[in-house]
Amino acid sequence: MFEVAIGLGVILVLVILLLLFRVQSLLNVARGSDKKIESTSNRVNGALMLLFFIAAMIAFFWYSISAYDDYSLPVASDHGILTDKMFWITTIITGIVFVLAHALLFYFSFRYQYKESNKALFYPDNHKLEIAWTIIPAIVLTLLVGYGLKVWTQITADPPSEAEVVEVMGYQFAWRVRYPGKDGELGDYDYQLIDAVNEFGMDFTDKDSFDDFVPSEIHVPKGQPVLLKIRARDVLHSVFLPHFRVKMDAVPGMPTRFWFVPNKSTEEMRQETGNPDFNYEMACTEICGRGHFSMRLILVVDEPEDYKKWYDSQEPFLSQNPSYLSKVPEKLLDLASIASGIDNKN
Amino acid sequence: MDQHIAETAGYHDEQWHSHGHQKESFVTKYIFSQDHKTIAKQFLITGMFWAVVGGALSSVFRLQLGYPDMSLEWLRPILGGWITETGQLDPEFYLAMITMHGTIMVFFVLTAGLSGTFSNFLIPLQIGARDMASGFLNMLSYWFFFASSVVMLISFFLETGPASGGWVIYPPLSALPQAMQGSQGGMTLWLVSMAIFIVSSLLGSINYITTIINLRTKGMTFTRLPLTIWAFFLTAVIGVLSFPVLFSAALLLIFDRSFGTSFYLSDIYIAGEALSHQGGSAILFQHLFWFLGHPEVYIVMLPGLGITSEIIATNSRKPIFGYRAMIGSLLAISVLSFIVWAHHMFVTGMNPFLGSIFMILTLIIAVPSAVKVFNYLATLWRANIRFTPGMLFSIGLVSFFISGGLTGIYLGNSAIDIQLHDTYFIVAHFHLVMGAASFFGMLAGVYHWFPKMFGRMMDAKLGYIHFWLTFVGVYLIFFPMHYIGIAGFPRRYYSWTNFDVFNSFTDLNIFVTIAAIAVMASQFIFLFNFFYSMFKGRVAPANPWKSNTLEWTTPIRPEHGNWPGTIPNVYRWPYDYSKPGAEDDFIPQNVPFSQTLESNFPHENDLIGLEKEEEGIVIDENETH
Repeated sequence: MFEVAIGLGVILVLVILLLLFRVQSLLNVARGSDKKIESTSNRVNGALMLLFFIAAMIAFFWYSISAYDDYSLPVASDHGILTDKMFWITTIITGIVFVLAHALLFYFSFRYQYKESNKALFYPDNHKLEIAWTIIPAIVLTLLVGYGLKVWTQITADPPSEAEVVEVMGYQFAWRVRYPGKDGELGDYDYQLIDAVNEFGMDFTDKDSFDDFVPSEIHVPKGQPVLLKIRARDVLHSVFLPHFRVKMDAVPGMPTRFWFVPNKSTEEMRQETGNPDFNYEMACTEICGRGHFSMRLILVVDEPEDYKKWYDSQEPFLSQNPSYLSKVPEKLLDLASIASGIDNKN
Repeated sequence: MDQHIAETAGYHDEQWHSHGHQKESFVTKYIFSQDHKTIAKQFLITGMFWAVVGGALSSVFRLQLGYPDMSLEWLRPILGGWITETGQLDPEFYLAMITMHGTIMVFFVLTAGLSGTFSNFLIPLQIGARDMASGFLNMLSYWFFFASSVVMLISFFLETGPASGGWVIYPPLSALPQAMQGSQGGMTLWLVSMAIFIVSSLLGSINYITTIINLRTKGMTFTRLPLTIWAFFLTAVIGVLSFPVLFSAALLLIFDRSFGTSFYLSDIYIAGEALSHQGGSAILFQHLFWFLGHPEVYIVMLPGLGITSEIIATNSRKPIFGYRAMIGSLLAISVLSFIVWAHHMFVTGMNPFLGSIFMILTLIIAVPSAVKVFNYLATLWRANIRFTPGMLFSIGLVSFFISGGLTGIYLGNSAIDIQLHDTYFIVAHFHLVMGAASFFGMLAGVYHWFPKMFGRMMDAKLGYIHFWLTFVGVYLIFFPMHYIGIAGFPRRYYSWTNFDVFNSFTDLNIFVTIAAIAVMASQFIFLFNFFYSMFKGRVAPANPWKSNTLEWTTPIRPEHGNWPGTIPNVYRWPYDYSKPGAEDDFIPQNVPFSQTLESNFPHENDLIGLEKEEEGIVIDENETH
């Protein structure tokens, strides 16, 4: 009943609008006002152009300044400082062009609206002007490109040899990390060896994998280069660490990498943001299916000494899952027991 | 060359004359029509249907993003099982909706709806031709598009839903039916639909190119072509060169999906089993896809730029500033559009050196784009502007092109792109620069050429309301997305509440959702205006905008064949507006210099002799027939 009433109401309103429209257009015909070009409509549209520009600019500057803290994410990596700086330099340059170009667009629209008495200026070209506004953007862009290239080359350069290596693997729908363990070498893997427990497909015929450990959180030391070795085992994913300005796709069959230097510990960031529960998070930014929006992993930046403590306290995968000893070749069994620490436990 | 054109025109005249008296049946006139004007309207109406579908999809997923807790139970009659028991949208269907929104808008609305409508409608009318080079291929082009539309529409009704891996359909997600429901039957239909669509697009493009090269009327040299035609011409060339690459990418994907090949697949463990695929490269697909995908952006954008060039010049009552520079920048954009594709792939693990190269090439393309903007501004300077609805939408396009173009400078810079890639910043960027801008180009074109299409005028006041609501609304939707993107919010997220870092901006997301629904609603003003005016609008005068181009020399409702008599000759460029000395503020292209002695420049007076000679040739030709 109620719905019917609403439906009738909507129809009534539409009919009234239609009638108003019809009356209005007939009136226009009667008055002949639709023949006039220098009409009220033309003036209103011209005035709205200017009004829109002023209102939009006020809103733009007001929001950009007042909400700065909301939209600017604190930065916690060395290269992030560089890319942020470049972001803001680009913002200043494009911001000037943005405001100026729009000022001209809307001011001209307002200023040069139709007047019966006026005649437009026949001005088909001006080569000097055209050359100027080809060359000036070209120079500005060249500078931006040069600057960008410098930073990009720096970021994508080979990682320092002392970098802490962490393997990150994405799958539907979570991240897993693997550390090389005491020997500092990640063991081989093969996707055909993956099962419900051995999610990485670690190859236990390789002695480097005996001491690899698989924690549930990712820890990295502050102030030291960290090399993420990234892979995926089913579909594309993308590692995104927003505070570190890190993003790199995870591709099945093609390992990728990204290295960075975290420069604020989790503790420091908790103080800076005033949020005692703050945690660095890793997200996925390449559509990967139903749970794309839920691939969260906490990343902890420790002071170097805390990191070492944490690192040393981790138990190798093999020690947690001794049944995988059966995959280890006979002659390496002793080594496996020692490296994974199974011996000590017994 | 000139003689050849005259001969062709003569041949056509006779042909059309004898055909003119035959009664066409309803089927040949309105359904399987070979008249370019009817085909254009078919493309337009189909494009409008798809725009409504695409817009409705976005309204629903914006509700999810703005009001994640809202009960969508009221959608159950339409969406059925895609609404979960708790009344929420199913996360996979959310992905299906964004995928279909993207596919529909990019391909069906802004490629077929835009190029299909205006290239078909305007090319013969503005170059002075009876019809397209091949009316039959043209008809096939529409019906292939129709078939592809039907296939895509069917995919909505599959139990497993339509394709849902994003409009870029990156494998392995799109290749593995186990990865998500949408990669099952929905993906197959998507690929079939796109294959048919590519056939349609190629048939259309080849026809446009052939027509523009061969069927220009006498005197219509390339440097006298309206910028619309230049834009359509280059769009078609880009399409012919790039769509086949998408076709090959899709073909290889079909092989991977159905015949066990491994072009894109390698080392995959999914759903508890290790697949046998090895040695493929998922990145290969991205290279192939974006080799179309990036030019596609310009396939969408160039017609809009062409249309606005024409409309801005007409309604400014001023020649377009830097006509040759405009052509030059269109050419430069077209060429460069083929060598910038990998800027979509800076963080895919592609060699960083390649990233550097593509960054340089990408930022070069900003130069011709900037030139276009400056030329528009210079055209408006000291103009005498009539704010017709078409003009308003053209100014809106320029504004979006500036706003969206400038954010391209961030994203083209690979170092900045690391953070912004796949966030809402890019969503804001491309929706402004190619989505809203081209959409405005399309609307501007509809308002401007409606009188030629249907012989009636659209209501201007409704047009103004439609413009202001849409223009302001589009900015309210997409401008806030920049901030959300700078804050790092990833795109294609069903909800952000899982993350502390993204658990903010709920107010801004609500704001965007309201704006999006308001913009969607205001499109119904346009739809009403369109269909109402088609039957009840005021009868249009022959040249309502006092424009120079040839289409306004046809009868108000041109028959098949466009001109009842001979096709007019062309003597001048299309932008003689407000020429000093001239009585009116426009001189149509078919007015010879010999009739405008008062306004001719010295070098134009020299052409008068030539005009007379050429006319002599035409008379001779007619006598020999």
